[in-house]
Amino acid sequence: MNLKKLAACSLLALGMGASIEAQAHRAWMLPSATVLSGENAWITVDGAISNNLFYFEHHPLQLDNLEILSPGGKLVQAQNLSKGKYRSVFDVELAEEGTYTLQNRNQGVFGRYTLDGEMKRWRGGVDEISQIPAEAEDLRLSEIDSRMQVFVTKGAPTDANFTPTGQGIELVPVTHPNDLFTDEPVEFGFLLDGEPAADLEVTLIRHGIRYRDQVDEIIVKTDAKGQINLEFAKPGMYWLEVEAEQESKLLEGAKRRLSYSATLEVLPL
Amino acid sequence: MQWKTTAAAALLAVGSSTAMAAELKLDVEIPALQVAEYHRPYVAIWVETDRGRHQADLAVWYDLELKDNEGTKWLKDLRQWWRRSGRQLEFPVDGLSGATRPVGVHSLTFTDNHVGLTDLKPGDYRLVVEAAREVGGRELVKLPFSWPVTATSEQTQSGEHELGRVTLSLQP
Repeated sequence: MNLKKLAACSLLALGMGASIEAQAHRAWMLPSATVLSGENAWITVDGAISNNLFYFEHHPLQLDNLEILSPGGKLVQAQNLSKGKYRSVFDVELAEEGTYTLQNRNQGVFGRYTLDGEMKRWRGGVDEISQIPAEAEDLRLSEIDSRMQVFVTKGAPTDANFTPTGQGIELVPVTHPNDLFTDEPVEFGFLLDGEPAADLEVTLIRHGIRYRDQVDEIIVKTDAKGQINLEFAKPGMYWLEVEAEQESKLLEGAKRRLSYSATLEVLPL
Repeated sequence: MQWKTTAAAALLAVGSSTAMAAELKLDVEIPALQVAEYHRPYVAIWVETDRGRHQADLAVWYDLELKDNEGTKWLKDLRQWWRRSGRQLEFPVDGLSGATRPVGVHSLTFTDNHVGLTDLKPGDYRLVVEAAREVGGRELVKLPFSWPVTATSEQTQSGEHELGRVTLSLQP
């Protein structure tokens, strides 16, 4: 099946008003600490996909695309990786002073189609679309671009790793993410493909959903400069998420769904 | 002789079935919510004494369609019901288990012949509705009532998040 025909199919399918539903679960990494001092500094990180935060109840996080950057921008190897039933774990040694960035990046295409009456899902790169069987019916494609980040600082925070790549949704901290304290003004900026991500909804959820009756998410919209201002009333681990949807430039008639998520630690003053 | 006894028994049986049964009617509103990702809530409805002692389950709405009974995995999120009753039961329970309900008002009617109410001793009770929603919150609504029902009554309470109006109507 050639790309044009495929795109036409997806155009038809999308024209019927259907679009791929949002992922039902939250994917996250949870570091054991984000602010470290001393010579011999290590952290251990959990990765999981779940509904509630930060609970292990569904799937472990795939770490195939995990990339750890040292404060100097060098690739660092995760150590002691393991994948269990509900949780993935890995350790990071923080040899240098400054801010490390742990990132899980996923780009590609999500597909849904019917084959012999059965609903099938497909996932792959844009160049792998030809793998989808020609007999696939009701094909719906979505281009995805997701970025998940965790920041950890040993000693004084640095920001070399925040230089934008210009692809997907990126965080441009005004307030350094490892300098978050309760009752202090926090300012974050977001870029989408290198441009200020204006008018996007940013959701922040504090850990411990199981121990309260309401999720109590904080929702803030980015302004024209793609920035948000907020204050954290309570300390703890927060999951941040921003999502955006636009027309795909790679797949005719398909949507490009972007997301950015991060786990932030807010310390009490 | 035999024929007379049978007739007498039949007469008795007819007599009891035409007697008026007390009625408990419950209207539960599943509220419409503006959320990015909506899932129908799990709901448990039960009767407990005014001291909190569980008496009888009336309904449990959960995802029955998942294979291998997987929907039972989240029954524990109905925290109070789970500890008072749910964790002692095996699912699905006939006459109790039902599918999750969509947004709207759902009515349930029970007569005092209902297995959950027929043994209820005279006293003060609470009808409790607990709802828990996936990637959402959880809420409890309690409506007090006395048993047996001596007068027609109606009361309404409103949840604020996961439940709308819950109305309990009693008829002697």
